[in-house]
Amino acid sequence: MPWPKETKYLGKETPRVEGPAKVTGRAKFTSDVAPAGVLYGAIFRSKWPAAHVKSVNLEKAKVAPGIKAAILAQDGEFDVRYYGDEIAAIAGTSKQAVLDALALIEVNAEPRPFVAKELDAMKADAPQVAAGKANLTEGAAKETGNVDAAFTSSAAVVETTVSTPIQVHHPMEPHGHTVQFDGDEMTAWSSTQGVFACRDSFAKSMNLAQNKVRVTCEHMGGGFGSKFNPGAEGLLCAKLAQAAGAPVKLMLTRFEQGLAVGNRPSSFQKLKLGADAEGKLTAFEIYSFGTPGYAAGANQGGGSGGASFPAPYIYKPAATRVKQGSVAVNAGQSCAFRAPGHPVASLGMEAVLDDLAVKLGVDPVEIRIKNDPHEIRRKEYALGAEKFGWKQKYRKPGTSPGAMKTGVGVAGAAWMSGGRGTQAEIQVNSDGTVEVRVGTQDLGTGSRTVVQVVAAEMLGLTPGEITVRIGDSRFPPSGSSGGSQTTASVSPAIFDTCENVLAELKKLSGIEDPRGANWKAACAKIGSQPLQVRGKWREGLSTGGAGGVQFAEVEVDTDTGFVKVKKILVVQDCGLVVNKLTCESQINGGVIMGLGYALYEQRVMDARTGFVLNATLENYKVPGAPDMPDIEILLLDMPERGVIGVGEPCTVPTASAIANAVANALGVRVPDLPITPDRVLAALGKVPKSNAATVAVPPSPEDAFARVAAAPSVPWVESNGGCHSYT
Amino acid sequence: MKSLGTSAVTAAALGADNVAKGLAQANAERPQGPGAVAVTLTVNGEKKALMLEPRVTLLEALRGNAGLTGAKESCDRATCGACTVLLNGTPVYACSILAIEAQGAEITTIEGIARDGSTGLTAGGKLSALQKAMVDKDGLQCGFCSPGMIMVLTALLRKNPRPTEADVRRAVAGNLCRCGSYPRIFAATLAASGQKPVTKLNLISLHDHAVA
Repeated sequence: MPWPKETKYLGKETPRVEGPAKVTGRAKFTSDVAPAGVLYGAIFRSKWPAAHVKSVNLEKAKVAPGIKAAILAQDGEFDVRYYGDEIAAIAGTSKQAVLDALALIEVNAEPRPFVAKELDAMKADAPQVAAGKANLTEGAAKETGNVDAAFTSSAAVVETTVSTPIQVHHPMEPHGHTVQFDGDEMTAWSSTQGVFACRDSFAKSMNLAQNKVRVTCEHMGGGFGSKFNPGAEGLLCAKLAQAAGAPVKLMLTRFEQGLAVGNRPSSFQKLKLGADAEGKLTAFEIYSFGTPGYAAGANQGGGSGGASFPAPYIYKPAATRVKQGSVAVNAGQSCAFRAPGHPVASLGMEAVLDDLAVKLGVDPVEIRIKNDPHEIRRKEYALGAEKFGWKQKYRKPGTSPGAMKTGVGVAGAAWMSGGRGTQAEIQVNSDGTVEVRVGTQDLGTGSRTVVQVVAAEMLGLTPGEITVRIGDSRFPPSGSSGGSQTTASVSPAIFDTCENVLAELKKLSGIEDPRGANWKAACAKIGSQPLQVRGKWREGLSTGGAGGVQFAEVEVDTDTGFVKVKKILVVQDCGLVVNKLTCESQINGGVIMGLGYALYEQRVMDARTGFVLNATLENYKVPGAPDMPDIEILLLDMPERGVIGVGEPCTVPTASAIANAVANALGVRVPDLPITPDRVLAALGKVPKSNAATVAVPPSPEDAFARVAAAPSVPWVESNGGCHSYT
Repeated sequence: MKSLGTSAVTAAALGADNVAKGLAQANAERPQGPGAVAVTLTVNGEKKALMLEPRVTLLEALRGNAGLTGAKESCDRATCGACTVLLNGTPVYACSILAIEAQGAEITTIEGIARDGSTGLTAGGKLSALQKAMVDKDGLQCGFCSPGMIMVLTALLRKNPRPTEADVRRAVAGNLCRCGSYPRIFAATLAASGQKPVTKLNLISLHDHAVA
C-alpha cells in the first residue's frame, strides 16, 4: 500500500471538523433549513391496514385557511396495504393550519381483510396481502453435498429454533426534505445517505433533467440504511412545492418513522448443525422465513428487501441445505438496515453453534477457532479470549450460583465492505488555503473529517488548514454511503487528488517538495487563478473484507428476568485506521445498536387492528444511557490492507454474543429476540400457568417451517451479493 | 430503554410552577386564542415578541418563529430530549410545553451556551468547557441529539461541578442518542469537569502480538 508509513494525522485522533457547529446549534440539518416563504408539508396516511380507495376528496382541505397545495399520492382508484400508507399530502403556511386541514380530507374506501403477523400470514386461509398472490414467496433453496448422510454420520447433531424481531431504524433526525423550485430548476435539502442517488431519483420521478436538480445535505441526523432515496415523502414534498409555487418542508413525525420508512425484516429460523467428535462441523440445515412487509419476495433491492439472509453464516460445513422464504403482512416495507441480513444470520448460526459446543463439551471459543475459515478472525478470537479472561469466566451453562446468574458469550462478524468510484477536486489558493470538494455525505460517521485527515497528511498541512465541502450533487460524484464503503471510496480519491496537486504545484513553483514547510512559498506562485485539480479513486489504497468478534458478559436476575449487559469486548479489524477517534465512536454505536436488538427493540403489530402498537420512541425501546455496558475495543492496526470500512461489521455479532451469554447464564436458551424479562421467565418455566392461559398463545412456527420446506424451490440467488465472503 | 427517563419531565413540572407566576402577570389583561396572540419570550437574554396560536409549543416557537433551530424536533413527545432547553436554569422538553406557558421565564437554548454569552449563531463564539470536551472527546456522531445532551449536562455541571459517571448517566437518562455516543458523552462530561475519563480503545498491531 502506498500510504505513508510514518504519519502525523492518519490513524491518530482528530476531532470531527463539524464538531463546533454541532455543539453550538449552528449546524443546519434539513429540518433547520428555511428558505423565504417556506410552507409546512404533511402526509395524510391510511388508517386502514388494507383497503381499496375509491376516491379522495381534497376540496375542503384545499380551501382551508393557510393551505396552499393539496395533492394525491396516487391517481384513480388504488389499494392501501398497511396502516400508514400514503394517500395524500398538503402544504400550508403553518403546522397548525396543516393539522386542521388534514382533518378535512375525505376518503371513500372499502376496508379489506388484512393480516399483521407472520405466523398468521403463513396459514393457508390467511387474507392475501397482494390480491391473487400467495403471502409466502417460495423458498429459494441451496443444497451442497449429501446432507442427510452427513447428519447420520455426525458425532453430535443439535436443532435450534430462534426468531428475530422487526427492528426499526429510528435515526434521531426523521426522514424529510425541503424542496424549492426556481423556474425549471429544483433544489432539495435532503436528509439522505446519497446526494447523487437522490438527485437521480428526484429527476426521474419528477420528470426533470438531471442537470436541473440539485440535492444538498450539509448535515444529516443518521440514516442506518433507511435514507438511500427520497422516499414517498420526498416525492410528495417536491410535488407540493411544484403545486404551491413555493418552497415546502416536509419532515416526518416520529410516529410516521415507526410506520412507513423501513425496518429490518423479521426472521423465524429452524437450524440443525452436526459435527464430528473433535467439533469439526459436518452438516448444516436451515429453514427460515420472515417478513419484509407488504411486498414479500426475496432478493429485492436495498440489501434485505426480502427476508432472506446469508446462510450458513461464516462457517462452511461440506453439506448444507438452505431454504428461505419471505412472507407478506400488512405492514410497512423493510429496506436496508445496517449490515442487512447479517445480525439476523448471525443470531441463528451462533446460537446453534453454541448449543452444539455444549453438547460436545467443547469450549465455544475453541469450536469457533476450529471451524472459522478466516485467519484474521481466528486470531481475533484468540486475542479477545485472552483480553476478556474467557477461560476464567466461562462456566458450564447454568452453573453460576444464586438467583443472579452470570454468563459469557461470543460471536463473530463478516462484512464485504470495500468501496470505489469517488472523484474529488481540490482548490489551492495563492494564500496557501485549501478547499477539498467531494460529493459524499456525512451521516455522523465522520466522513468529512476523513477527507480532512487524508488531505492534511498528504499535503503536509494541519487539518485546520483544510476546508472540506461535501454533501452537494454539484461537487465531484461519490457513491451513496452504504455497505461500510464510504471511507474506502473517499480516502483513495483524496489521496489521488493530493498527489495530483503536489505534481501541479511542483511544476508551477519549481519547488521539488511543496509539502509542509515549503507550502506557503509554493502557493505564492499560484497567482490570481486558484489551482484546481481533480483526482479519483484508484486501486491499491483500500480493500474489502472486515471481520471482528465480540465477547459479552451478562448478569441475569432469575427472579425478575432482567438482563444487564456488564461488558462487551470488541476485537475489530478495519485495515488502515484513518481516524481512531471517530472509528471508536462508530464501533461503540454498532455495539449499542446490537444491544438494543438483543434486549429491547421490536416493532409490535396488533393482530386485531393491524396497527403498529409502538410507533413512537416512548414505546419502541432503544438503548439509553443507563443501559450502557462497559465497552472495550481492541482495534487491529493492519495498514498493509489499506482502508476498510467498519460501520456495519461492528453491529453484527453483538446480539448473538449477548444471546449466547444469556443462554450460558441460564442453562437454557431464550430463543426469541429481544430477550425481554417475560421471555427469560418463560424460558425458566417461571410464568404461572394460570397467567399464561389469559394470554393469547401465538401459533407454533412448526407448520410454517413445514410450508417453507414443502414450497417448490426457485433457483438460488445470493441475496446480498456475497456480502458474507471475507476476502 | 429509558428506565430513569423522567428527570426532565419532573423538571418541566417544577419549571412550570415558576412560569405560572410570570404567566399570570404577563397575560393578565390579554385575551387568549384560538387565533394568534402576542407572546413575549425571553430567550438567551433577548426579548422576542411573537404572534403565536396558543397551541404552539415552545419548540415550534423557537425553531419556526424565533429563528433558533439549535433545539431539535425528533420525537415531539417528551421522550428523546433532542429539544431540551433551560427554563430558569432547569432542563425541560421544549416540545411538551406551550410557548405561552414559557412567558416570563428565562429561556436558554443551545445558541446561548457559549461561554462569552455570544448567541452561537456566529462562528466566533467561544465554546464552553463542556462543548469543547464534546468536540475533543467525540461526544457526538450525527450531532442531532447533541444540543439536548449539552443543555441537560450544562444544567448538571452548574449544580454538580464534579459529577460521577453515574451522575452523568442519570442526568442524560431522558435523552436518546441513536448513533450510540453515550460512552463518549460520559467521557466528555467527566473531562469537562476536570476528571480523567478512562479510554477503552487500544490500537494494536496484530503482528506484534503473541498469538499472531
